[in-house]
Amino acid sequence: MARNPKRPAGARSARTSLGDHFTAWRHHHRDSLADALGRMRGTPGSTLLTILVIAIALALPTGLSVLLDNARVITQGWDGRAHLSVFLKMDVNEERQRALAKDWAALDGVADTEVITRQQALDEFREQSGFGDVLEALPDNPLPPLIVVFPSNNEPAALEALQQRLSKLPEVDLAQLDVAWVRRLHAIIELGQRLIGVLTLALAAAVVLVVVNTVRLAIESRREEIVVIKIVGGTDGFVRRPFLYSGFCCGFAGGLGALILVGTALWWLGGPVNQLLDLYKSEHSLTGMSPATALILPLFSGALGLLGAWLAVSRHLGEIEPQF
Amino acid sequence: MIKFDRVSKRYASGKDALRRVSFELPAGQLTFLTGHSGAGKSTLLKLIMMIERPTQGQIFVGRQNLNGFGNRHIPLLRRKIGMVHQNHQLLFDRSVFDNVALPLVIAGFPKADIGKRVRAALDKVGLLSKEKQNPIMLSGGEQQRVGIARAVVNKPPLLLADEPTGNLDPALSAEIMDLFHDFARVGVAVLIATHDLSLIARYRHRLLTLREGNLIHDGVESATPAAGDWYGA
Repeated sequence: MARNPKRPAGARSARTSLGDHFTAWRHHHRDSLADALGRMRGTPGSTLLTILVIAIALALPTGLSVLLDNARVITQGWDGRAHLSVFLKMDVNEERQRALAKDWAALDGVADTEVITRQQALDEFREQSGFGDVLEALPDNPLPPLIVVFPSNNEPAALEALQQRLSKLPEVDLAQLDVAWVRRLHAIIELGQRLIGVLTLALAAAVVLVVVNTVRLAIESRREEIVVIKIVGGTDGFVRRPFLYSGFCCGFAGGLGALILVGTALWWLGGPVNQLLDLYKSEHSLTGMSPATALILPLFSGALGLLGAWLAVSRHLGEIEPQF
Repeated sequence: MIKFDRVSKRYASGKDALRRVSFELPAGQLTFLTGHSGAGKSTLLKLIMMIERPTQGQIFVGRQNLNGFGNRHIPLLRRKIGMVHQNHQLLFDRSVFDNVALPLVIAGFPKADIGKRVRAALDKVGLLSKEKQNPIMLSGGEQQRVGIARAVVNKPPLLLADEPTGNLDPALSAEIMDLFHDFARVGVAVLIATHDLSLIARYRHRLLTLREGNLIHDGVESATPAAGDWYGA
């Protein structure tokens, strides 16, 4: 219709400016946070219970993944020492042995080779086994020439391929590789990772549901207030905000609680685990959570709380309408 | 201030709560709305507050057609309407001051402004000395006046009252009516839903009567005796 485009009907009747609105919005956020914290303090029992449930639910996957990370670091060290022991036929002389070692070192997938001559093997065996006298009694040196091959690639499949390739050479008697344990270890770590993934998903869902329930009860107990706010013109956002803040706060506090639980458990386990590692002559020691984890966990948990509060609010707030 | 143009409301249950109701409330007029329970009073108030939407017809508040309003406009509409309830709808977890301040906080008034306006509203209803008390400590009449202070604190152009004197004795009812007259005099359109016939009889105001969803009477009750000149001029 032909209306005067300058007519600011809505704006003129409003008695608050845009700047006022922004200030009020900012204040409302601050007040909502204060309100959420105040109400959490007002019901310390149920708040603490909610936070504790969240903390335990999140501590479980966090703690397990810290342990798994440790296991991975330690086994990486073991992987690094994987090698093939290639025993040559007895009639291969030392000159030929050294030539072969040199050739193989240039092969694809080989990082380095080490020659152990029959004499060296004998000396070493005599020294380490204490069976020197027995060896003296033998007419010949019974030990075959040996080339130790250090692969450049520690993948079980690559190691096996290398082993097969070397076995087929005419000078080679036996190429020995025990990859079974490496495979098992990899499989176990993989499985552990998957399990932690599933556990994390399930427990994250549990955290969301706990917050949904807490916020639902909070909404129920504040029904009258919500009705009044709606009657006097409060927007859905105004009604929603304190609940979202309380959801986030519960989640955040639960995340901090999980950090404390995991930290305590690691501290408690640290002594015995390091002792055990020492017994295995490992230079590793139990490492705790990374600073990134410590930062992300409460935020992640807070986000879960926010999600839970959002679900509860969007489901239950619409049901509360003024009646008369 | 309000205009109903052939408004009908049929609930999902099939009940016709309002049938082609038309009327207009000018600014500065005090109007009674009456009828038996179930006649459509509550529905009419709900339509103005946009708690319900009409099945047919158009409702104007100010110059705006409510049919064109989406859900997100509802809060802004309600800020232009002061609503007084029979059961006061006060919050007992905060002081009288905070109860009255709520509409201003929601509308985003600056803090200093809120203090001034709340005290002005409480002064108007004679409860300035009780601002720090919890409303649960107040008498029924005082609680109703707190409810009125909250309804008018942001100076809405329209005041709706649902059985505002329902639980009050005649003397207190008269006090409440005095307040409504004062608001009408400064240009507020006041609509009072009541089935308190003695109240209606005492004041010579325009009366809308609903029966089974039809508006069967619209006008000043000429037969009403003037029991005191409560509304002054």
